Order: sequence, then structure tokens, then C-alpha cells
Amino acid sequence: MKLFEHMGKELFRKYNIPVPEGKVFDNLDHLEEYVANLGAVIIKSQVLSGGRGKAGGIRFAKNPLDAKSAAEELLQTIVKGYPVKAVLVEKRLDIDQEIYLAITVDGSAKKPVIIASASGGMDIEEVAEDQIIKKYVDVHIGIQPYVGREIARRLGLQGNYLKQFASLLVNMYQLFRSYDCELVEINPLVICHDQLIAADAKVTVDDEAVFRYQPGMPMVDERSEREKKAHQLGISYVELDGDIAVMANGAGITMATLDILHHYGGKPRNFMDAGGGASTETTAKALEILLSTKPKAILANIFGGITRCNDVANAFKQVSEQLGIPVPLVIRLVGTNEQAGLDILKQQGIASFRTVHEAVAKVVELAAAGEEELTNGNNNQ
Amino acid sequence: MAIIINKDTKVLVQGITGRQGSFHTEQMIHYGTQIVAGVTPGKYGQSVNGVPVYDTVTAAVERHDVDATIIFIPAPGVKDAALEAMDVGLKTMVIITEHVPLHDELDIMAQAEKKQVTIIGPNTFGIISPGQSKMGIMPNSIYQPGPVGVVARSGTLSYEIAFGLTNAGLGQSTVIGLGGDRVVGLSFTDVLKMMEQDRGTKAVVLVGEIGGNAEEEAAKYIATMTKPVVAFIAGHSAPPGKRMGHAGAIIERGHGTFENKVQALTAAGAKVANLPWEVPELLQKML
Repeated sequence: MKLFEHMGKELFRKYNIPVPEGKVFDNLDHLEEYVANLGAVIIKSQVLSGGRGKAGGIRFAKNPLDAKSAAEELLQTIVKGYPVKAVLVEKRLDIDQEIYLAITVDGSAKKPVIIASASGGMDIEEVAEDQIIKKYVDVHIGIQPYVGREIARRLGLQGNYLKQFASLLVNMYQLFRSYDCELVEINPLVICHDQLIAADAKVTVDDEAVFRYQPGMPMVDERSEREKKAHQLGISYVELDGDIAVMANGAGITMATLDILHHYGGKPRNFMDAGGGASTETTAKALEILLSTKPKAILANIFGGITRCNDVANAFKQVSEQLGIPVPLVIRLVGTNEQAGLDILKQQGIASFRTVHEAVAKVVELAAAGEEELTNGNNNQ
Repeated sequence: MAIIINKDTKVLVQGITGRQGSFHTEQMIHYGTQIVAGVTPGKYGQSVNGVPVYDTVTAAVERHDVDATIIFIPAPGVKDAALEAMDVGLKTMVIITEHVPLHDELDIMAQAEKKQVTIIGPNTFGIISPGQSKMGIMPNSIYQPGPVGVVARSGTLSYEIAFGLTNAGLGQSTVIGLGGDRVVGLSFTDVLKMMEQDRGTKAVVLVGEIGGNAEEEAAKYIATMTKPVVAFIAGHSAPPGKRMGHAGAIIERGHGTFENKVQALTAAGAKVANLPWEVPELLQKML
């Protein structure tokens, strides 16, 4: 879960990481008064995307009136596909130097990694490899201040900045560990009037750690209603823009099923990984989600392992009897409790295939036939 | 021959009395796995399919010889269970559980590195040496003993590949699921090294997917291998920026793309199949 900048900065304050004085507004009430006390301000749209500046999502204002009109405009804007629902109004900083600093997880090394660069303010992907400092963290030890001092030295910081940087990095690591973060990024970390200040805050927390989120933990849900519903079922679901609904069990096989569907000229309406040993009840609800997208056809590719074929077949039976399935349904069902599953489907008159390519070829054919029928129907009118 | 587990491996099941733990204990026993004991705190004295249950791992290893453990504990308890097994000195571990928090995985892997423990998973279907033993949740019926080693990031897709191999008359030496999470124990390269050494393995299939750089890392080692490698990469058609299930399966900022992976593997001398059923065809030409 990505957090909005203002939420990230709230956490920074809690962990003694200096941030500019500022306040978040979702409407214009009291905004002028606030700016009158701050002087020159920066107004930043709160969207979950980087590159806001280039996309026109950040404005500067010298007085309350300018600030109000800039905020008003931003609150009606869409930045990188996200409608701006709030703006962060902050005191404008006089910047002497910009630094990039992040802590994230390196999957290959299986360790947290500190990434720093004197080329702050830029997208880190655009910074040349030799300008980037990387330092792995041993979780048994954590980050001691000496690590920060050495990174500061390599960034060219001296004197008081060296110590400030070290303590900021230690605090940042505390935050990273305490909040189960996937990423804590400050870009830019700026030097302003002899102080290091986090001008931006990007914090991504691990959804899997939700059971131990601390009270008052900020929450952001970017998912569509259908995606939320699927998430509550413990199912991974992503909406796409095609017309054949796809359910498979396991992320890899679901992706491969979409690839095969594309290969046969079909277009997926979604990615639905209903794997992980889903029960009849869960599978039935998952199928209801698929039906609600009004696809031209449904393809289920189930290779039972921990998921049992009879549970899946019972789900299709249940939905078919209770709600009806108004579009062509093609199932490929093999694996654990396969025969029991096939028997249930057979009683329902639902055909099942043994190989995925037969099933995909069939569903593409049926979806196209449905299309033709529809087109012919329209022509007759 | 096989790697990591064989017919003699004595296995402990942590979380043996749960819904998945008990069901798959039964399945593993049917397959021939030597399950010697189980652990569920507070359930000492019970038995699951004839397997005695203990309260702690220490209690289990006091009474039984144990070579490896398989964990079916719900995600919040996985770190505790894994550290418990490592504390007792177990050196081989399969963690089936999905949704384990990332920072717990970091802690588990740091301890495993210190104690020289081999971990498969989390979020894996496990490992099977067909005809000998399995530690995992894969269906029993689709494998047959033979010369092809299979290593995969995703479970069900590897079933698809193994099933295709079996149907084509190509048996498997060992099939391993690394696990779908961003931080897992064994890597492609670790397994490829073992398979290169294993006399029972004549060729290797690598089943990868978009996201991360595990396949690109593996390609570096494949370039030095003497055994033929066939790869299949899922996610060719996935749109960028969308998280497709696994934490690993996401394309961000042009990294971990399908094209990158295929290019790296091909340059290393692996043959890359475009569709799953091309894997046996390519292997037959190489064996």
C-alpha cells in the first residue's frame, strides 16, 4: 500500500525526520489564513504517483490569494490519471543541495538496501549507476550511525551535516522496520539553512503485515469496488479491458493463461488468481465477480494442487443453479480430486477440457460467435 | 537421483492439525514421503493419519530423527515457526504459507544464512522427487520419475509444465517451486547449480515470470552450464504497472520485462518456449 506524501510526512515527524511546515487541505476553507502565516508556499497535489512536478501537479505561490487559486485549480485536476482530492500546502524552502535517499528491499540479496545519490530531485532510474551508493543492511544489526556517516561522506557532506544525515538514516530505518515498509524514499532530501529536510516522502507499506498495523495507521485503498470485493475474498484480481473473463488458480498459470488467450486472438477482461486452496464458497463469489463484469465468455483454467477440483466444480454448480450463467463458460479442470470435479460438472451439463489450449481455443471461438450473433441481431433491427 | 529430498528423507510437519496441514500430510504419506512427526502447539498426544503430534519442534526431534520440516502455519506465525525449527538445528525447510510479511521473510532469511539452512519458499508448492518423496502440496498424479529437473517460481504453472512433460514421456528428477514472493530462500541459480551436479538430471526446465531479476541472474549461471536448459516465462501479455498476483509479478519502470528475460536467457544458450506445450518439444530435440 502506497501512502500519500502527507501521510508519509506524518510518519516522518513521528520518527524525528525533519519535514517542512505544512498542512493538507481537501477544500479551500482556511487555506488563505494558513498561507498568510507561512509566507511563500509550495502546493503539491496528493496523488499516488511520482513525476507530479512535470505533470503540472505542483505549484508555487507567494501570497494567500495566489495560493488559493492554485489550490482551487489543482483540486479540479487529474494528475497522471489520478483525480486530485487533496493538496499539501508547505512553506517554501530555500534549497542549497538536493540528495536522493531510500531504504527498500533487494529480493535477490534478501536484505534491506540503502540507496543514496548526490543527484537528488531526479528519477533514480535516470541516475548513472556510478553515481548511486548502495549499502546492504544486516537485519540482525540494523543501521548504526557509522553507516550513515560513511554514506554522508561519500555524498560529499561534511561537519554538522554528516551527523545530521547519520541520525536521520537511523530514524528512517526504525520507521522502515516498525511499519513493515517495502520502501521509504526521500527525494529530494534537501539542505536548507544548515538543516537536512525531507522535501518529499514516499512510503510503501507491506499489505501482508496488515494484521499488525499500529493504531492510527494511515490507510489508502486504490482498488476499484470489484478489486476490493475480490481482495476481501483473498483473491488477486486486476481489471483489464478485454471481453473474456478469466479465472485460474495461481499467479503464474493465470498470467500464462492470459498469454495463451492473446496467442489465440482473445482479449482478457481481467486477471483473476483464485488460487491458494480456495473453497467452494470463495470460488462461487469469485465467479459472481466475473459475471458482474458482463463478459462475452468465461474461461476457467484450474490445475488442482492445494485447490481441489470438486470444490471448484461445486462452486460452478452453485452459481449456475442460483444465479444462472448467461454467457458461454469453458472450463479446463485437472489435478487434485479431478474425477469428482468432472462428475459434478457433467451433471450440470458443463463441458470440461483436459488441455489448456483446447479450452482457450474454444472460449475464443465462443466469444467471437457471441459477438457475431449480437452484430447480426443488430443488423436485423 | 534427485536433489534435496529422496526416499530416505524424514520429514516433520509444522501445523499438522490445520485444514491444509492434515490434508496434505495424508497426500504426502500416500506419495511415499516419510512423515515422522508433526507439531501443533497445545495438541500433544493427538495423531494425524497415524503421525504423532507434539507441542514443540524440540519435543518432536527428541523422539524422532528428522531431516527436514514443512510449514503449514498461518502467515502471522510463520516467522516464529521457522526460527523454532532453525533453533533446533533443522537444515532443510519448506514454507508453504503465502502472505508472509516481507520483513518476517527478511528475518527468516538472515537467520537461514547464519545457520546455513536451505529454505524453499515461502509461498511455494514445495519440492518433489518423483517416485521417491514430496514435501509440498502438488497433485500426486502428474509426475513420473525421469531425467528432467524443473525449477519454477509459480506453482500451478509448474504443474502445467510437469504434466506436459509426463504426457510427452519425459519424467522428472526433481521439481522445485522457489516461491512467488519477493524474498524467498533458494534462487534459480542455487537450484540450477544443484541440478548441474546431479547425475540423475540430464536437462533442466526453468519456469519464470515477469517482474524482478531472478531470471536474468539465472542466465549468468546458465551460460556456464553443460546441461541443456529450456525456459518458459509467463506474463508476455501483462500490462505494465499492474501487480499480477505474486508480489514479484509486476513490471515497474521497464525492469523485469518479458523481453529482458527472454533476451538474457537466449543469450545464455537456453531455449525459450513461447507457449507451455512447446517445452517438451524443445527438450526432445535437446536430449
